[in-house]
Amino acid sequence: MNKIANKTIMNNVLIEEAAKDKDIIVLCSDSRGSAGLGPYSKEHPKQFVEVGIAEQNLVTIAAGLASCGKKSFVFSPASFLSTRSMEQAKVDVAYSHTNVKLVGISGGVSYGELGMTHQSANDIAIMASTPGMRVYLPCDRFQTEKLLRALLQDKDPAYIRIGRNAVEDVYEEGNVPFELNKSTLVQDGTDVTIIACGEMVQGAKAAGALLKEKNISARVIDMYCLKPIDEEAIIKAAKETKLILTVEEHVKIGGLGSMVAQVAAENAPVKVVSIGLPDEPAIAGKSAQIFKYYGLDAEGIVKKISELL
Amino acid sequence: MNLKKKAYELRKDVVDMIYRAKTGHIGGDLSVMEILVDLYYKQMNVTPENFKDADHDRFVMSKGHSVEALYAVLADRGFFPKEDLKTFAAFGSKYIGHPTNKVNGIEMNTGSLGHGLGVGVGMALAGKMNDKNYRVYVVMGDGELAEGSVWEAAMAGSHFKLDNLTAFVDRNHLQISGTTEQVMNQKSQETRWAAFGWNVIRVPGNDLDAIDDAVEIAKKIKDKPTVIIAHTVKGCGISFVENQVGWHHHVPNDEEYQAALKELDERGAQYE
Ligand SMILES: Cc1ncc(C[n+]2csc(CCOP(=O)(O)OP(=O)(O)O)c2C)c(N)n1
Repeated sequence: MNKIANKTIMNNVLIEEAAKDKDIIVLCSDSRGSAGLGPYSKEHPKQFVEVGIAEQNLVTIAAGLASCGKKSFVFSPASFLSTRSMEQAKVDVAYSHTNVKLVGISGGVSYGELGMTHQSANDIAIMASTPGMRVYLPCDRFQTEKLLRALLQDKDPAYIRIGRNAVEDVYEEGNVPFELNKSTLVQDGTDVTIIACGEMVQGAKAAGALLKEKNISARVIDMYCLKPIDEEAIIKAAKETKLILTVEEHVKIGGLGSMVAQVAAENAPVKVVSIGLPDEPAIAGKSAQIFKYYGLDAEGIVKKISELL
Repeated sequence: MNLKKKAYELRKDVVDMIYRAKTGHIGGDLSVMEILVDLYYKQMNVTPENFKDADHDRFVMSKGHSVEALYAVLADRGFFPKEDLKTFAAFGSKYIGHPTNKVNGIEMNTGSLGHGLGVGVGMALAGKMNDKNYRVYVVMGDGELAEGSVWEAAMAGSHFKLDNLTAFVDRNHLQISGTTEQVMNQKSQETRWAAFGWNVIRVPGNDLDAIDDAVEIAKKIKDKPTVIIAHTVKGCGISFVENQVGWHHHVPNDEEYQAALKELDERGAQYE
């Protein structure tokens, strides 16, 4: 199985597309290396803007460029984009409705040993609660590519969070179901539903297989689109299965779990339980260690569902 | 121990932590070391005993990624057991990769660049309000100066006439993506600070005596804060790390680790 970081795919797609479209501009804040954009910056130096360690300026300049017809792709750690430059994201991107795609790299607990300054455990809540901002957390390279290609076609603001590490494929070459703003059914099932986003989809998929061995039929939904969220898929799951478990690399407040619970409660009340990060700085460690610690992996998901059923 | 030698001994601790943990920001740790040694061994009135008192001198490591250097110094000054350095960045450790006030001796949590100077302004202002004689020291990176918040704080520092505040710029000319001049031009650094109303002193930043003299001058300046632009060498002390942009957060392999310790020993020995 291939292990490729989602940022690498974004770099590759942008190199290709920027060659065809001079209006594509990539912006960084001393973050090109972390963003895997070294190759892009060398390939398209005229379509690359480095602003230095200045995330507020980064987003504002991107918005200014966009207001003059450029297609701005901003790459900076998710922790800084979603907090330091949040007012710029709110006012200059979402409110002014500029064609800026904010790519939060090294998202969630990717920088697991670096403390809360470097973790973006509440970026979904912040971004999704901002009118005009769409929010996406793709899981693997195939989905990241489909998402990026779709977003290259539109002119609306969006926030895309990706992780730092190479991730295993969830989908297969040539078989990547994708519809913009619609969740993807990874596995169908009738007993319970697991809804996950971003890197958590990998664990949810594995959990689905493990549960099958235990004769539990789990529906696994990849909710890569946090906003707009796929209400239809949630309501259907709420009606057809007796439990929804959400899994996210985000605090439980205001993230995937909160949104799913709200849709379910309003339309088809069912028990919704969420696994996520705690309301405190996450424990220090490599992200895989952190996921395991908080039950954010296949084992943790299976354990949680076994307890609940 | 001679403090110049001490700076090299502490560099060995830094290299050890990073080699063990396989993570860390070695370049900036090595460039900032003499600044920390001067502050913690000569200038600052702060000890494990008085750290909780209202009168001790305050320190903020605004370039928080150089935490390994700070941990090494704090351990050596007795704020926590040296043994603890071995848990740096380990799973569940409180000694994470940026300063955290869960660790004894650390005042404020940093890691997101561009916060330290503003925090320092607040600390210095509180000192004035409370008629305290403590001094406040902040260390920033030169790349960090691109953050607008630094200049908001700089404005406030001179506006409030904070002569109890001394800032350092670790002017090593490098950041992650290249030289500061390639990434976002920092030329006329001295003029900028002066224009913001600061007393500006430029020193060779890995020269302990020069740093100490500058801090002494800063203590005598009235009605304005001082910035010490410390012209340092990123990676100072290990020849193959010095001035190499790639060594911002590179981790030494076995061979490099051994070579680094050997060279640091040699360089330290000249001060015996
Ligand atoms: C707000 C913020 N943006 C980005 C980073 C990521 N980052 C960590 S170190 C660094 C480069 C710092 O360069 P400089 O200030 O010159 O420090 P030094 O060269 O002394 O290590 C960057 C961009 C950060 N920690 N905080």
